[in-house]
Amino acid sequence: MKIHEYQAKKILSDFGVPIPQGGVAESPKEAGEICAQLGKPVVVKAQIHAGGRGKGGGVKIASSPEEAERITSSMLGMQLVTPQTPPQGVKVRKVLVEEGVKIQKELYLGVVIDRTAAMPVMMASESGGMEIEEVAATAPEKILKIHVEPGLGLLSFQARKIAFGLGLPPALIPVGTRLLDSLFRAFTDKDCSLAEINPLVMVEDGRLLALDAKMNFDDNALFRHPEIRELRDVAEEDPLEVEATRYQINYIKLDGNIGCMVNGAGLAMATMDIIKLCGGDPANFLDVGGGASAEQVENAFRILLSDPNVKAVLINIFGGILRCDVLAQGVIEAASKLEVKVPVVVRLEGTNVEKGRSLLRSSGLNFTVASGMRDAAEKSVELARTHNLTY
Amino acid sequence: MSIIIDETTALLVQGITGREGTFHTRQAVEYGTRVVAGVTPGKGGELVDGIPVYDTVMEAVRQKQPNASVIFVPPSFAADAIMEAADAGIPWVVCISEGIPTLDMVRVVPFLKSKGCRLIGPNCPGIISPGKAKIGIMPGRIHRAGPVGVISRSGTLTYEVVFQLTERGIGQSTCIGIGGDPIIGTHFVDCLQLFEADSETEAVVLIGEIGGSAEEEAAFFVRDHMKKPVIGFVAGTTAPPGRRMGHAGAIISGGKGTAAEKIASWERAGITVCKSPAEIGATVEKAMANRRLQA
Repeated sequence: MKIHEYQAKKILSDFGVPIPQGGVAESPKEAGEICAQLGKPVVVKAQIHAGGRGKGGGVKIASSPEEAERITSSMLGMQLVTPQTPPQGVKVRKVLVEEGVKIQKELYLGVVIDRTAAMPVMMASESGGMEIEEVAATAPEKILKIHVEPGLGLLSFQARKIAFGLGLPPALIPVGTRLLDSLFRAFTDKDCSLAEINPLVMVEDGRLLALDAKMNFDDNALFRHPEIRELRDVAEEDPLEVEATRYQINYIKLDGNIGCMVNGAGLAMATMDIIKLCGGDPANFLDVGGGASAEQVENAFRILLSDPNVKAVLINIFGGILRCDVLAQGVIEAASKLEVKVPVVVRLEGTNVEKGRSLLRSSGLNFTVASGMRDAAEKSVELARTHNLTY
Repeated sequence: MSIIIDETTALLVQGITGREGTFHTRQAVEYGTRVVAGVTPGKGGELVDGIPVYDTVMEAVRQKQPNASVIFVPPSFAADAIMEAADAGIPWVVCISEGIPTLDMVRVVPFLKSKGCRLIGPNCPGIISPGKAKIGIMPGRIHRAGPVGVISRSGTLTYEVVFQLTERGIGQSTCIGIGGDPIIGTHFVDCLQLFEADSETEAVVLIGEIGGSAEEEAAFFVRDHMKKPVIGFVAGTTAPPGRRMGHAGAIISGGKGTAAEKIASWERAGITVCKSPAEIGATVEKAMANRRLQA
């Protein structure tokens, strides 16, 4: 799960990470008030989940409350396009208004899980801000990496190693090591998958501040963090994807016209791959789950058909222990209930597969029964093409 | 032979009284697996199809000496169940449970190491040595005993591959689903090593997917240590880039993780890579025929 910058900063600040003064505004008036209260120039930052906001015009400086109001009124409601958003951009609903600071140096700090080492790794670099991507690509050895045993926490010598490695002046070493410890505790206490401060800035007045922050959370651990679940902003997510998660269906919308329904993520990806190999384009990734009950099939059907681009549907279910006749019955019921208008190619495999196929054939509905993945992909590509022409 | 499990395996089922636990215990017994005991805290003394249930793993070990355990408990309790099995001295644990918090697994891994316990999974279909024993949720009937080892990060895609092999009359020595989570107990390399040493296995099928760097690590192992032919498929060639984890995700993977990079590393290592998931069975058939010609 992702959250906004202002939410991440609030969490980090609760753990003792110093952040700039400021507040969130949902109207120009509020933004002006925050600026007036701070009594100095401010930075107005659009709050969307995607990064790269500066490049898209989502970060602007205001030297007066009036200017802060003006900038905010142009920012709120705009479709902000950044290298990390979809092409049409994301609508801005909130801005963060913060004190402007005179930056001496931009640093990078991040914590993620290193899969191979099976433990968290803290990363730091003297080149923060937007330069970090280039450092990562061209000189990854310049990024300091320290693996941390979560049971022990970030040890003092590890924190010092990073603080000195970042080239912090002696006066900032104690502040820096405390900040590192706070960041790591926030990562583990809140079950993050990512906690990042980029940039961490050294300010002319001697402060060390988290100028931007990003936190992602492990969805599997949300059950023990009700306070994090509350921070979810569904307006930032695709509405179909939000609905899918409600039924524990893993759905990602894509740009093609063949709607896919598959059980299991690996098989779902393989199905998309073979559609592409056969000259078609998948409209989505959809994993109905390993079991794939009749009810799940109906929910999945409804979700993938709400995409108006879908011209044909490919259902690829490897039943495993589930009986194919039961599954076929579920598919038939769902399709007739939802009055499916597009051609549906079904590939079933598992126990009682013959019985399942004959049920589909005799249902009177627009099913094409396929045998094997290649056959299923070819048939759905062909049907999507011809169906496209007739409508 | 086969790897990790065979007809001598004595299995313990943790979470045996739950819906999934009971169902898959029955399936395992039907397949011929020796299920010797179950554990559900608070249900000690009960029987599931005549299999005795104990409150703790230690008690089950004392009474029935299982040498493998399978875990069907809810994800919030699964890490604890794995560690309980390890603490009781069980050498192999297979965790089917899906949805375990990553940081729970971070704590599990060093604990297992200290106890000398090996884990398959979590979030995996399990392991089967066809005709001998089945630990997990895979459908037994699609398998057939034979000379091909199968290692996969996925569930149903593994069934698809096994199905293609069996359809062609190619049997399997052992099939292992290692699991799709960020942190897992047994990796591609561990399995490759066991298959290379197994006298019955003649070829290995490797099913990878996008994300992480497990495939790249497997490539180095195959290049340096494998004499048996390896046939591979990587799912996700057409998956859209994105859903990236900010800067940090890109940094830790060092630019690795795309299907194209994984396929390139496999090809460099001499792995025969299938472009289409429908061709895996046929490709294995061809590779084995070539090997026979050379021999």
